[in-house]
Amino acid sequence: MNQLAQLGRGALGKLAAFGRSGIILGHVLVAKPQPRTMLPLLLQQIYFVGVLSLIIIVVSGLFIGMVLGLQGYTILVDYGSEQAVGQMVALSLVRELAPVVTALLFAGRAGSALTAEIGLMKATEQLSSLEMIGVDPLRRIIAPRFWAGFYCLPVLAAIFSVVGVYGGALVGVDWLGIYEGSFWANMQHSVDFFDDVLNGLFKAVVFGFVVTWIAVFQGYDCIPTSEGISQATTRTVVLSSLAVLALDFVLTALMFGDF
Amino acid sequence: MRITEISVGAFLLAGIIALLVLALNVSGLNLSNAEGTYTVYARFENIGGLTARSKVTMSGVQIGRVSNIELDEKMLMARVEMQIFNSVDYLTTDSSAMILTAGLLGEKYIGVSVGAEDDVLKDGDYIRDTQSALVLEDLVGKFLLNKASE
Repeated sequence: MNQLAQLGRGALGKLAAFGRSGIILGHVLVAKPQPRTMLPLLLQQIYFVGVLSLIIIVVSGLFIGMVLGLQGYTILVDYGSEQAVGQMVALSLVRELAPVVTALLFAGRAGSALTAEIGLMKATEQLSSLEMIGVDPLRRIIAPRFWAGFYCLPVLAAIFSVVGVYGGALVGVDWLGIYEGSFWANMQHSVDFFDDVLNGLFKAVVFGFVVTWIAVFQGYDCIPTSEGISQATTRTVVLSSLAVLALDFVLTALMFGDF
Repeated sequence: MRITEISVGAFLLAGIIALLVLALNVSGLNLSNAEGTYTVYARFENIGGLTARSKVTMSGVQIGRVSNIELDEKMLMARVEMQIFNSVDYLTTDSSAMILTAGLLGEKYIGVSVGAEDDVLKDGDYIRDTQSALVLEDLVGKFLLNKASE
C-alpha cells in the first residue's frame, strides 16, 4: 500500500511540475511587451546564449560536415556516384543534423547555464528580493532568457548548416577531388528551399522553444540548495536532450513521412 | 554594453547571411525564375520514374519543367504536362521528346530536340514524336528474345 501511495505521489508531483511549467510559460508568453526595458535585457541574453555559443556551433558544424563528406565519399565511390556526396551532406545537415545537434549542444552549453543561473538566483533569494521591491521576476529574469533562446536556436542551426556544407565541400571537393560543378549542382537540384531548408529551421524553432522552456523552468522550480541546483542542471540537459530527440522523430514523420 | 550590441548585431546578421546561403547556394532557389511559361503536352508509353518538377531540357540546357503527369484514359498512355519558358518560342511542331536519365542511376528528365517544320508549338499543343524511358527489364527481355531466336 505504501508503494502504491509513493507511485501516486510521484505521478502527482510530476503532473504538478508540468502544470507549474505551463503557468510560467503562460506568464512569459502573454506578458505585456515593454520594449524600453526588455530590449537591453534581451540583447544581453542573446549575447550570452547565442553569440557565446557560436564557437562550439561553428566548430562542431565544420567537423560534422567534414565527417559526412568523408563517410559519404568512401561509401559512394564504390558505386561510382561520388558526385552525390553533395546532396547527401546537404540533405542530412539541413533536414536533420543541424537542428538536432545544435539543439543538443545548445542544451549543454546554454540551457544548463540558464538553469544554474536562475537556480542560484533563487537560492540566494534574489528572486524573492525582486518580488519584494515590486519587480516581477518572471518578466525581468525569465522572459528575456526564454525569448533569447527561442530566437537564437534557428540562427545557430542555419549557421551550423552552412558551415557543415562548406566543411563537406572542403573534404569532398578540395581533398578527395570530386568535381566541383556536379557536387554543387547535385546539391542544388535535390535540396528544396521550402521543403528542406524551411522545414529544418522550423524544427530548430520548436527545439529552441522546448529547450529554453525546460531550462528556465528547471531553474525557477529547483530546490534552492547547492544540491538542488546541481540536480536541476542535470535534469535540464537530460530532459531537453530526450525531448529534442523524441520531438525530432515526430516532426520528421509529420514533415517528410507519407502519413 | 556597446560590444554586446555589436556582437549581437553581427550574430543576427550572420544568421541572415546563413539563411541566404542556404537559399541561394545550397537549395539553388532561383529568385529570377518568375519568367512566364506556356504549357505543352506529350504522351509517353512509359515514363519510368519521371516525376513532377523534373527538368525539361534541350541540348542539356533547362527550358522548362514537368508540372503534372496523369494517365490518358483513352489512349492508355501517360500524359505529361510541361511548362516551357516563354523565351523558348522556337519548338517546332515536329519536335521530339525523349525521357533520359542523368548518369547510370540518376534522376529522369525530358530531352527535347527541334525538328525542321516552320510552325512552332503553342500553348496546349502536343509533342507527337516521343520516346519512352529506358526500362531495364524491357531491355533484358528484348535481349533474351533475340538470343532465343538466333
